[in-house]
Amino acid sequence: MEESKVKKCKVVIIGGSAGSLQALLQILPQLPPIRSFAIVIVLHRKSTDDTALENLIKLKSKIPVFSVEDKVPLRAGFLYIAPSNYHLLFEKNGILALDTSEKINYSRPSIDVSFESASEVYQTDLVGILLSGSNTDGTAGIKAIQEAGGTIVIQDPKSAEMPFMPNNAIANTIPDYVLNVQQLLDFIILLDK
Amino acid sequence: MIEDIELETLINDIYEYYGFDFGSYSKASLKRRVNRVYQLGEFESFYEFLSKVRSDPEYYRSMIDEITVNVTEMFRDPSFYAVVRKEILPILATKPFIRLWHAGCSTGEEVYSMAIILKEAGLLHKSLLYATDVNATVIESAKKGIFPLRMMKEYSENYRDAGGQEDFSNYYIANYGIAKFNAELASKMVFSQHNLVSDNSFNEFDMILCRNVLIYFDTDLQKRVINLFDESLSILGFLALGTKETIKYSISQTKYKQLGQEKIWRKVK
Ligand SMILES: C[S@@+](CC[C@H](N)C(=O)[O-])C[C@H]1O[C@@H](n2cnc3c(N)ncnc32)[C@H](O)[C@@H]1O
Repeated sequence: MEESKVKKCKVVIIGGSAGSLQALLQILPQLPPIRSFAIVIVLHRKSTDDTALENLIKLKSKIPVFSVEDKVPLRAGFLYIAPSNYHLLFEKNGILALDTSEKINYSRPSIDVSFESASEVYQTDLVGILLSGSNTDGTAGIKAIQEAGGTIVIQDPKSAEMPFMPNNAIANTIPDYVLNVQQLLDFIILLDK
Repeated sequence: MIEDIELETLINDIYEYYGFDFGSYSKASLKRRVNRVYQLGEFESFYEFLSKVRSDPEYYRSMIDEITVNVTEMFRDPSFYAVVRKEILPILATKPFIRLWHAGCSTGEEVYSMAIILKEAGLLHKSLLYATDVNATVIESAKKGIFPLRMMKEYSENYRDAGGQEDFSNYYIANYGIAKFNAELASKMVFSQHNLVSDNSFNEFDMILCRNVLIYFDTDLQKRVINLFDESLSILGFLALGTKETIKYSISQTKYKQLGQEKIWRKVK
């Protein structure tokens, strides 16, 4: 892949639902440590599964995982996972905040909520990636990222276990990139400056 | 989405007209909530919304109800209640009298959960559960001890995961879609309105629960509230927060000892 068109990136936010963990488990083990941005992952899952996902990703990723608690700082070089049963929000002063308000799109964490919040704070310095899923969550959020000047990337529905979510997003936006799993990995590596 | 400057104006107006200080609330969440109320009201402009808030106290009150996040459950995080049952109640049991404070109790699900495990430990008769919230509407609802019947399946599973052995349905009477909890549980509860931002300590407690409330505050206000709890907690008393909240940044760690991985701290000095 040629050099990335993304000029500046402080945060890569990745959202996914059914089938997205498979994609992540192919990407994360191959992703070398990064220096210039933070990665935030927002996945739908059972509300009782509090630490299982985090433990699994910790095991598979070379990038250190920063456990999300209320008001932790967002630091470049670390990976953050939205905890189950909370919405994950971004504060202007570079910290993360949690919120237990109503589910959105039947989901908490909701991808739309986190994407919209991140887009307000990071605007052009944000890259949003939407993965596999069978839910409409994520479409409004990825749209918000694009409207705020960020870069949006959608998993190629052909490579997604559940193509509904990427298809829905593609139908409602003009994505900057539509990439399969291998291309997603290359794309993220190229973002690191 | 409303602008930051609009949110600031609203915060200032609310403080000036009603004395409620949202200035130290966590902005990301507050902005979402205010934005929602604003959209629901179908106002022509933000200015029209502001003047409605200023001139209509009734509207202001309903707005506060909408802005505060009141989502709660019975036995939310069952493992938390399991630890309270196993490790804390045996210690509190040695006291002649047990005072608890649920700060930010919302509609009361947490308070009734606590009353149930106190009862099962044979401690309810000598306990008093003070339950407070800034939102007057949820306090009125909490007093009634009535929760939606459709939630009972989930709550009885939570209860079981929290180590409950009884038949959960013995604790309420089901009627037309509602579950009315036994009056005995409520007999040891005292509900009142209390604002953690501006009101003082009002008693000394053996255990304070403030779960999923601090997440709505910025770190300075969190510090102030933790200090309010510190003033209100007896030596060797317990402070319990939500699963993603901490006192780590708010108060000297030599004063408090954490119970393993749980979000429960014991005041040791
Ligand atoms: C998400 S609920 C938590 C309910 C319960 N403790 C639980 O964990 O399930 C948060 C509660 O905090 C209350 N709250 C917000 N600001 C407050 C303040 N300044 N003083 C007291 N309570 C407040 C809200 O009204 C709401 O009922």
